[in-house]
Formats: sequence, structure tokens, C-alpha cells
Amino acid sequence: MSKIHVSTTVNGEAAEFLAEPQESLLDALRNTLNLTGSKEGCGSGDCGACSVIIDGRLVCSCLVLAVEAGGMAITTIEGIAEGEKLHPIQQKFLENAALQCGFCTPGFIVATKALLDVNPDPTETEIRYWLAGNLCRCTGYDKIVRAVQDAAAEMRGS
Amino acid sequence: MPSLNYVAPTTVSDAVKILAAASGPTRVMSGGTDLLVQLRSGRLKPELIVDTKKIPGIIGISGSAAEGFTIGAATSGALLSEHAGLVAAYPGVVEATNLIGSTQIQGRASLAGNLCNASPAADSVPAVIVVGGTVTIAGPAGPRTAPVESIVTGPGRTSLAKGEFIVSFHLPALKAKTADAYLRFIPRTEMDIAVVGCGVSVTLDDSGVITAAKISLGAVAPTQVMVDASCIIGTKLDDAALAKLDAAARAVCNPIDDKRGTIEFRTKVAGVLARRTAAIAVARAQARA
Repeated sequence: MSKIHVSTTVNGEAAEFLAEPQESLLDALRNTLNLTGSKEGCGSGDCGACSVIIDGRLVCSCLVLAVEAGGMAITTIEGIAEGEKLHPIQQKFLENAALQCGFCTPGFIVATKALLDVNPDPTETEIRYWLAGNLCRCTGYDKIVRAVQDAAAEMRGS
Repeated sequence: MPSLNYVAPTTVSDAVKILAAASGPTRVMSGGTDLLVQLRSGRLKPELIVDTKKIPGIIGISGSAAEGFTIGAATSGALLSEHAGLVAAYPGVVEATNLIGSTQIQGRASLAGNLCNASPAADSVPAVIVVGGTVTIAGPAGPRTAPVESIVTGPGRTSLAKGEFIVSFHLPALKAKTADAYLRFIPRTEMDIAVVGCGVSVTLDDSGVITAAKISLGAVAPTQVMVDASCIIGTKLDDAALAKLDAAARAVCNPIDDKRGTIEFRTKVAGVLARRTAAIAVARAQARA
């Protein structure tokens, strides 16, 4: 089959591309749209490094076909900051040393945004369970959890 | 990957026509959280993917405890968990589906996919079986309804004929003093495949005696298996009944031996989970009118 034309919205802007049926949304974001912030850690939906938000829903972009993206509103890590101004989640990840190699970090930040959008005051247990699909090899998770709590407090205006 | 085609029909009849006419290996796609993994690993080599998500009604939940619920086949676990009425009426079904994967997987994974992927360890299947769930299937011979427990015929195999696909799930009207529950054992806290899964639904009379019960075990046989619930009928799930239930659960186990659990371990845990899940279901039913 020849490539399929896709019209979609990424980080609030219209995007168009051609995709093969077997291509993942992750492939299209990285290779076609040059949005390389989302990472491929596993390609099987286990690690969360490819996390994006589609129509308000947190998903793994490696398990979405690029050809499904038509009509979707997609938010990637590139859409979290406001221009040059870091989002509080990003700021608190930096302040709390919640990253080392940084490979999992885009996925964690997107997943955290999705969490705080629906639950502005999560307990530690809720944070850990929500982020269970995001794996980190470097930090041991503790500083990530603290960063999320810190960001949540900041966003609540506490 | 050699030629893979993708199509997203916008009506049930178009989907049936495409599936019936497909000459090569074909897969229906709901959330894709099993399908895409198997595509990437090469375990499945379809020539055509038929994405059902553009069919009106294939995503969505309607109904109530009094009328029963209709759940579109491609409805995500996340949507199920957000439906207050469904959560209140069938907490076991929702807690089972909530155990599948991660938050990201929940954003896409569906009841139809979990059922038709036909893993022996599927989490939603025992839970939907014990509440009397049925499916509406579209196909070349017209629509038909079937009990959920008739769909899985073996690991990775279903009773669906060529051209057929599931359009919706139906959970019956909730009976009085009836409640369900689901528990699962996995080696870690999240993100693993069931070593044992147990779904239970019980109905009590006004004095708290169990008058009806269904118990289904997952991951301990090639398909989901029913436990003989007669040992708890007519009881209030006292210790003697629980001990008999433990034995009845162990008796139907025919599990595999693998890194997640030995045959002996899975069998023992099946008994443990049957007791615990039944106790939760009874407590919930007692609290209900």
C-alpha cells in the first residue's frame, strides 16, 4: 500500500505528513516531523519514554499508528514549555535533580502533566501508580516523585 | 515489514464486508496495545489491519445499574474507570480492567482487544464472565449475541468466524444484593502478566446467605476456567466454606510452569485469591440493597 496522508494537530499547530501503515506515531513524530523529544526506549509500550497526550489522554506513541493520527490533538514534550519559559513540572524536575541521563525524562514530564491535569493534589501512592508505566534506569524514582509533588504544590499556588 | 494495509471503516457493515473479503491474514484493531506489540515482534504478520475506532458507538458507555450497561468494543480502560455508574455497579470489572498495563496502556486498551487477544492471563475476561457479560458480534450472517465465556477457545484463539468482529459488550441489569470483585497476583506491583487472576460475583439473600455465585480463574489453564461454586452456596462464607472454596479453586487449575510461577505456586495462589476475592465480593454485596 502506498503512503497515507495524515492531517493532524501537534502542540497546537497543524501538521501534515505521509505515513506507511506500519509506522508508529512515535516514528512519525521523530523521523518525519523532527520532534525528537519523545524517545523510543522499548517499542512495546512498557517503558513510557515515548509518552504523548492525545485528545487529553496519556498514551504511548509507539503503540499508536501514525495513520490513526488524523484529526487528533497531540501534545508532545516539545509542547510542554511555553516558548522559552519552562513549565513548572520541568522547572521542578531540574531543581529536584529528577534526571540524570535524561532519556526517560520527556516521558515522565508528559505523564506528570497528564496526572496533574486530572489530579492536582495526588498522594505519593497515586503518583507512583500513575507513573508505573514510566521506567527510569538512573534515578531510583525518589527524586522524580519529589519533583512531581513539588510541581503539584507550585501549580496549586501553595 | 512487507506490504501491510490499513483501513478504518466508518460503519459496521463496511467493516464486515472488508473482513469477509480479506484474502490474507487480517487483524481487527481497537486500542492496538497487544496488536502493535505483536506486529513489531513479528509474532503476527497481518496483511490488513481493520481499525474499528471510527465506527459510531464502538467507543462509549451507556446504560445504568437498573438497565444494564452497553460498552462499545473499543472503549478504553481509562473511560471505563471514569464512568461513575459502571464503577459503582460493577467494581470488579473496572478494577480488573484497571490492572491492565500502565496509565498509558489504559488510555487505549479495550475489552474487545483483551478478550480477542485471548491470552490465558487476560485480566478483564474472568471479571466479565462472572457478571454474566455478553458480546454483540457483527458478521456476514448478521449480528449475534454470545456469552463472553464462549469467545476464547485457546491461547490466541477465538470462536469468531471470518468476517466477524465484536461491536459491543453488555453487562446485565444489576440484581439485588449482588456484587463482583477481581484480584490478581503478579510478581511485581504493576505492569506484569497475571500469575493468577480471579473474578467473583455473588448474590446474597436478606440474611446474608449466598444464593448464587460465579467464580472464574485466569492464567491457570489454557483458557479461563470456572470454579465449582456450589461449596459456598447456602453459606455466609464462613471458614469452612472458604476452605472448601480454596480446594475447589485448586482443583480446576491446569497451569504452566514459567518464570512467573511454578505449577505448584500458581495452584496455591489460585486458592488464596479465590478466598480473598469471594470475601470482597460478599462484603460488597452485604453493603448493597
